[in-house]
This record gives sequence, structure tokens and C-alpha cells, in this order.
Amino acid sequence: MSSNLTQALLELADDNLILGHRLSEWCGHAPMLEEDLALPNMGLDLIGTARTLYSYAGTIESNNKSEDDLAFLRDEREFLNCLLVERPNVNFAHTVLKQLYFSTFMKLYWNEALNSKDEIIVGVAGKAKKEMSYHIRHSGEWVIRLGDGTTESNKKLLEAVDALHIYTNELFFDTPNNIYFIKKDILPSRKALKSKWEKEINSIFKMAFVPYPEFEGELSGGRLGLHGEELGHLLASMQSVHRAHPGAKW
Amino acid sequence: MVKSLMKENQHKNGSVNDQEIAWSVASNVLDPEIPCVTIGELGILRDLELQDGKAIVSVSPTYSGCPAVLAIELAIEAALLKAGFKTSINRVLSPPWTTDWISEDGRNKLKDYGIAPPVKASSKMALFGNVEVKCPRCSSQDTEKLSEFGSTACKAQYRCNSCYEPFDYFKCI
Repeated sequence: MSSNLTQALLELADDNLILGHRLSEWCGHAPMLEEDLALPNMGLDLIGTARTLYSYAGTIESNNKSEDDLAFLRDEREFLNCLLVERPNVNFAHTVLKQLYFSTFMKLYWNEALNSKDEIIVGVAGKAKKEMSYHIRHSGEWVIRLGDGTTESNKKLLEAVDALHIYTNELFFDTPNNIYFIKKDILPSRKALKSKWEKEINSIFKMAFVPYPEFEGELSGGRLGLHGEELGHLLASMQSVHRAHPGAKW
Repeated sequence: MVKSLMKENQHKNGSVNDQEIAWSVASNVLDPEIPCVTIGELGILRDLELQDGKAIVSVSPTYSGCPAVLAIELAIEAALLKAGFKTSINRVLSPPWTTDWISEDGRNKLKDYGIAPPVKASSKMALFGNVEVKCPRCSSQDTEKLSEFGSTACKAQYRCNSCYEPFDYFKCI
């Protein structure tokens, strides 16, 4: 199959939609009112970004698909998000750590994407980069509070690092679809962001009294459509209304 | 007033006056979430061009996921239709909207409405970084942040330590 921009855009859009949906799951369940506003609010930013990317992907290469088709009518194996974003929320520590990992990566990514030769990518990047700064601030502050808090909160954060860090390597994987567009200066390289990302996460981990994980290795497969069981559950819930009422519009 | 102006000019299709009328109609549409300010004052109305009597309107969203975007686009279309213009809307992402584009009038209206206007010249985003936000009621500088996220995507919650009123702060992006 020849490289195509649709697939590359879907990787980006799916990351944003799936994590956005995960954040929305906190609505009405967060540990305090402030977080009940904050988490879905951040989810809204991510879903907004996903919508623009889906709309774009739906119009190029004679796809003729709507953003709803792409979000609600694809099956698990067609989703190209990285595994990190589909990980279940588990608890507040898992949630804010996942958010810190992802938003730190995306801020670096969108910053590079500002140099893209594609006007729409530049437009999305300009907005999303600013929003990622908020997300890093919010999740980073919480990671520090939890790590530097009580024995219990520190323990929960360390458990989250143990569970999630192994998924972070996949963030830096440039898929064949991407490499084609990286060479054309349309998309930035993910691989090139790794050392900066590690430096930023490490500086927050120091303040949070979290030792930076030493282990090598990774869990990946998301970009190939190979997902954990949890994504299936997420899609079942997220897509059920649209599938029950095909063609319904807001 | 706009309507009577429109009638005077309705035969001069595409004239400077039509352009001015259409711009004034569109820019006076109120923000549905913050109905004290118009979209002109917020700086999200970017461009309006008349082509064969049709208004081509360019609008920028404030935040990527702002749910008001659709409502605003519909309101613009409705207002222009009422004034006799067919309309099509372009959503413009680049350059991204910034709170620095809110006009001086808009900032004053926000303040009168009880919303502290954004601190100018996009603030630092450092961890635990606090900006100084003035209370929109008593102008005291002694305020504290209650929540980074508020009633809409663009607002945070603050409290004044002088008059004890809680208030919304229009976040700076």
C-alpha cells in the first residue's frame, strides 16, 4: 500500500480522541469538584483537536467520510492510536501520569509541526500547542503533589509509573506512513523528540521524588491496529449511540 | 439602524456600504457563553468578503473543543440572513486565536460583567506559575486561584481576598 496521509492523520486523531474519551469517563466521578471540571475540560481540548484532524482526513484522497464516520464507525483493528492513551483510568495517579506523559510529548510534537508545509497541520498545531501547556501544567503539578505528598499518594504514583512507563516508547515510533511525510516536511519526526521528552519528564520526576525508570523495552502495536482488550470496551461504550442511530446528527 | 442602512443600499450589490453593513451585522453577534461581548470584540471574526451578494465569513475558534463554535457560526448565518445576505462560513485555524486579540472595549465589558479579562502578553506557563489577576469588582490585586478550570473551556475560577467575591477569570492563551 502506498503511503497515505489519511493513515498518518488517523494515528494523530485517534490518540487525541481515545485519550479525550478516557478523560470524559471521569465526568461525575472525579475525587473533587475541581477535577470534575478539569479532566473533562482537557478531554474537550483533545476531542476538539481530533475532530479537526478527522474532518481533514475525511476530505483528502477522495475518502469522502465525515468525522463521525471515522470516529464512530471504525472497528478496533482500524484504530491506530498508541497503547498508552487507551490504558484504563484505574485511579487518579494513573490518570494524571498518563496525561503528563502524553501532553509533554504532544507539546513537543505540535511545536515541531508549526514548521509543517501543510497549512491545516500548522493551524491545528498552533492551537493545540497552547492547550498542551495547560495540560502539562495541570498534570505535572498533580504528579509532583502526589509524589511529594503522603506515603500513600507516593505509593500510588510509583505503581502508576510501573504500569505505564513501558508504554511510552511507542510514542516515539515513526510509522512508515509518517516517515514518508516527515521527508516531505509535512509531519514532524516522533523519534527526534525522545531525548527532550525524557529530560522534561525527568525534571518533574525529580520534584516528585520518583526515580526515573531504568528498564528498557516497550509494549507496542497500537499503530498497527493491535490493541489491548480495554480499547474494545471503550469503543463499545463510545460508539454505541451512533451505531444504534446511524446517521443521527446533533 | 442597521436595517434602515441596508434598505438604502440594497440596490448597490457589492458596494462598500454593503460590506460595512454585513461586517457590522456579523461583528455584533453575541458570544453565546459570554453574552456581554460581541464576536467582533472577542476578535474571533477574522474576515468578511462579499462575493456576488454572498457573505464569505471567516471565524476562528477560541479553544479546539469550544462547544460554542457551532452556535456562533449559526448565529452569524442567521443574523446575516435577516439582513439579506446569503452566507457561507469558513473556520480559520491559523494563525491561532489569542486572548491578546480581545479589544479594549471587550476587555472592559468582560470586567463590568464580572469576568476578569485575560492578563495581557501571554503569561508564562511554568509549573505552579501564578499570574496576578485583578478582582473585577473591587480591583484588588489580592486574589487567589480556586480552580484552573471553570464553567467554560476559556475560564478559570478565582476568589478575591479583599471583597471575598468568587469570580471567573478569562484564561490567557
